[in-house]
Amino acid sequence: MNFNFKHEWIETNIGLMAVLTMLAISVGGLVEIAPLFFIDKTIEKVDGVRPYTPLEQRGRDIYTREGCYLCHSQMIRPFRDEKLRYGHYSLAAESQYDHPFQWGSKRTGPDLARVGAKYSNEWHVQHLIAPRSMVPESVMPNYPWLLSTPLDISDTAARMKALRKVGVPYSLTQAEYDANVVKFGETVARQLHIPDAQKNLLEQANFGNYDGDRSGISELDALIAYLQVLGTMVDFSKYTDDAFVKYR
Amino acid sequence: MSEQKLQSQTVQTTGHAWDGDLQEYNNPLPAWWVYTFYVTVVFALVYWTIYPSWPIGKGWIGGASSITYVNSAGETKTHSWNTRALLVKELNEASVAQKPYFDKVSSMSYEQIAKDPEMNGFIISAGKSLFADNCAACHQSGGQGVVGFFPNLADDDWLYGGSFDKIHETLLGGRRGYMPTFSEVLSGAQIDQLANYVASLSGIGHDATKASAGNVLFHSDTAACFYCHAVDAKGRKDIGAPNLTDNIWLWANVPAVQGDVSKVAAIREVIANGLNKGVMPAWAGRLSAEQIKVLTVYVHELGGGQ
Repeated sequence: MNFNFKHEWIETNIGLMAVLTMLAISVGGLVEIAPLFFIDKTIEKVDGVRPYTPLEQRGRDIYTREGCYLCHSQMIRPFRDEKLRYGHYSLAAESQYDHPFQWGSKRTGPDLARVGAKYSNEWHVQHLIAPRSMVPESVMPNYPWLLSTPLDISDTAARMKALRKVGVPYSLTQAEYDANVVKFGETVARQLHIPDAQKNLLEQANFGNYDGDRSGISELDALIAYLQVLGTMVDFSKYTDDAFVKYR
Repeated sequence: MSEQKLQSQTVQTTGHAWDGDLQEYNNPLPAWWVYTFYVTVVFALVYWTIYPSWPIGKGWIGGASSITYVNSAGETKTHSWNTRALLVKELNEASVAQKPYFDKVSSMSYEQIAKDPEMNGFIISAGKSLFADNCAACHQSGGQGVVGFFPNLADDDWLYGGSFDKIHETLLGGRRGYMPTFSEVLSGAQIDQLANYVASLSGIGHDATKASAGNVLFHSDTAACFYCHAVDAKGRKDIGAPNLTDNIWLWANVPAVQGDVSKVAAIREVIANGLNKGVMPAWAGRLSAEQIKVLTVYVHELGGGQ
């Protein structure tokens, strides 16, 4: 140090120290807290994004339990190569009901943000049980127990209540249900009603039969239901290619 | 101990003494570190002014730099710099470079594209990456498929037809294969007879007595196989019912098993349990019209186009 700065100035002057301490904390607070007041403006106004149905949400729980996020991101960045491979870049709006979000930062496998409806259920079944039977060069582990493990649906409603606490609009009362009907339409609102959680889950699983096995509802049913909805909620053909530029 | 002594001699102290002899070492940060720190602070300030950063009022500062792009509607727009605007710009520039080819793809007929050497090169390179990204997971990288799950696209056997138009139709709207379960309608003996008859059609060793009984069943209203697979058992491409006479197998895992008995058993299993898989996703919403046309020609050229 060429100029003669001394810590002693601060350390021996309690008034100066108090002022500088407050300044340091204020900057830290400003940078961390101020953006929270503007975050709504960065969430794109798009149609179609809804919370997950009970079955999809249980599939998402299995996705996180198995640690899929360790190898698969769910965040298509606005780069040309990613757009060409995966599709439209991910919007903040698309993960607004995700707790926790699955953006990730590590891609050992491909990004899954728009994997929904890209492959058939049958492919997902085979690929999750034995990935190399479908993709010979894959390094993904086998997940054979998902097909043989029955899905535990006993705590579905409790899990939805927990998500409701952190802001996901699952409805508990008639008033909340009515609000969801206005916001999402009646078909979706019914799926979001916590008192009907188990009934809705069974209905969707039995109708969809995602794992191709009618004998029961497996964890694979839930996981594939979740994978097949990823990135499919927004119809991008309704928006121009620069519709989301203004949010950044 | 001697090192400590040495240190106490060379390291400066703060100059203050407590209780007569209690002193405090002073180890200032190296000058290079301190100046690097100040440079990063200056860098941050410059970065804040160039790129979108500080929230202010009801929005945020867009930053001093801007970007001008042409959107797909042909409008020229200027916006404060961000990666989304840059993407629109890059995509439209790339499409300008590829535009002559994609324009040709749109305007030319399939036959013209297939015969034009220059367009063929474009189809092979563009089609290959499209196929690898979207189709290879199921149909495999060479289009050879997986017996029991996904059809081979490189042979000349087609479930729904191998003409340009039929391949295009399959890509656009997807397909859903279905065969009813016969285990509840027919007895085990009857299914065995049918399996032997189907085996006989492809020259697989079979029980002739059972096969002739199976022949009758096949064409009867009891089993009604001929509704879908046609009277000559050569299938119906309009509903994706496969040809049973060509010894090419997709659903019954005949090629993988050894011995006629096992092969007949593989056929019997499909008749008994039916099929509800054969699902091909629709690509109309995911790929552009030109991309689907490129893929149509690419798949046609994999070897079996009709």
